[in-house]
Amino acid sequence: MESDKKSVLNLEDALLKTDKITAESIIRSNLLDKQVDVFKVIDLIISPALESIGHKWENGDIALSQEYMASKITEEIINEILPPENPMRTSKPNIGITTLEDQHMLGKQILKSLLNSKGFNLTDYGSIPIEKIKEKIKSDNIEVLFISTLMLNQALAIKEVTKFIELEKTNTKVIVGGAPFLFDDRLWKEVNANAMAKTAVGGMYIIQEMMG
Amino acid sequence: MMIKEEMTSMERVLTTLGQEEPDRLPYFLLLTMHGANELGMSIKEYFSNPEYVAEGQIRMRERYGHDCYYTFYYASLEVEAWGGSTIFYEDGPANSGAPFIKNIEDIKNLEAPDIWDSPQLLKVLKTTEILKEQAGDEVPIIGVVMSPFSTPPMQLGFDKYFDLIYENRELFDRLMEVNTEFCIEWANAQLEAGATAICYFDPVSSPTIVPKELYRETGNKIEQNVISNLNGPTAVHLASGKALPIIDDIADAGAAVVCTSSLEDLAEVKAACKGKMSVLGNLNGIDMRNWTPEIADNKVKEAIDKAAKGGGFILSDNHGEIPYQVSDEVLIAISDAVRKHGFYPINR
Repeated sequence: MESDKKSVLNLEDALLKTDKITAESIIRSNLLDKQVDVFKVIDLIISPALESIGHKWENGDIALSQEYMASKITEEIINEILPPENPMRTSKPNIGITTLEDQHMLGKQILKSLLNSKGFNLTDYGSIPIEKIKEKIKSDNIEVLFISTLMLNQALAIKEVTKFIELEKTNTKVIVGGAPFLFDDRLWKEVNANAMAKTAVGGMYIIQEMMG
Repeated sequence: MMIKEEMTSMERVLTTLGQEEPDRLPYFLLLTMHGANELGMSIKEYFSNPEYVAEGQIRMRERYGHDCYYTFYYASLEVEAWGGSTIFYEDGPANSGAPFIKNIEDIKNLEAPDIWDSPQLLKVLKTTEILKEQAGDEVPIIGVVMSPFSTPPMQLGFDKYFDLIYENRELFDRLMEVNTEFCIEWANAQLEAGATAICYFDPVSSPTIVPKELYRETGNKIEQNVISNLNGPTAVHLASGKALPIIDDIADAGAAVVCTSSLEDLAEVKAACKGKMSVLGNLNGIDMRNWTPEIADNKVKEAIDKAAKGGGFILSDNHGEIPYQVSDEVLIAISDAVRKHGFYPINR
């Protein structure tokens, strides 16, 4: 039986090679051999591997495609061992995730996979216009909203969402991400977001911090 | 006192591409949407008529004095020729609508559109012809194509595209074959209409997006194939993505120019390109929105100090499109700074 550290390294290696069979076998053998629950394996093996991959992306050591494939494979495996309807999943806080009328949904997809892999349930709104987001914030009682944008004008349009939240006093926390925020590190404050996530892992840390 | 400019823009650009120092540093303000402002109309209306776009380009060059005309409309214009759609905004670049390839299997029967049947593509050719008539041989006209390797995020979505690259190489190859056929024909049509060079937008090839090893077996080979079939010089543009780790591969593919990201050190990129390619870049377009004239002056001076010596450098933004929110004041400040700091010889 492998040590946790070795399992993490092997899982990371398999994920970066897009080798789902090996990745699944590492996760399942940890579940069976160590007779621990799913969340223990998530905390000790899967999350550290994904976090390491996220940091490698942040440092420019791997490409976006590798981070995407790693998160996708992990999400598929997690959904098999911990289906979305499993009551052990965390449905609190109410998390929404969206892009603004933009089909570039990769960043959103990676973050969603990462949060799913951590056992969070979240509502993916796909790509919707501002007015629809406002509706959803109220009707779905969204507590944390991730918004990813590719273009500057869409990033600036987030101001409308944060203004709505302030007016309606919904207390929704808005976490922004995407290319414009990477090239202007003051932009997230300008649109009155609560935080900016440079990476998917960064987004995950922010939400964990918000939950205390 | 303003120094007299002795060269035409074309002479200036060709001299720098020949790795020699022209009279002053050439600079490209890659402006698209600002033309709509100039003509007092919406972005959508502006791009509806090739004469508007030509007029916008002419007026903006008169105003700022930069060294090219740029016939780029918006990225999804090509996708419209394939049957895709575009979403227009009042204050930003048009964006592609939902991917038109809904089922991956549809790639098997996908055929490249005939460019002569696409009213959208014909508009770009018309703009190019008008500008050529205006420019003669004095101003370079930069045409644009999306690389076959970087069009699929608009054709089928980024996630499905990555799935295709990693999990279905047969259909990936088929898509690249069709896209390459289209890209070569589209680029050569623009050159035929009067474009001086082609800017080959290929952000997916950047090591920011795919690993270098994967690029070498995919994007680089495609790039090489396209460039070798074009009837004019090519600039490879990674649209804000990093270029440094693949500089040699881009040069080997036959590119005359590479555009570098503002996330990279210009001096380092210039050194890596020495003797192989010229460098275009790398002012941060997003940040430009917040610049004062003083900041613009400093940024331009810094770029000149890092890369202008010896030629082989054209100053521009790093993305290939200056955001709509960047003010006239900043664009004038950039232009003034080039004329203040960019005359050769540069001995600082």
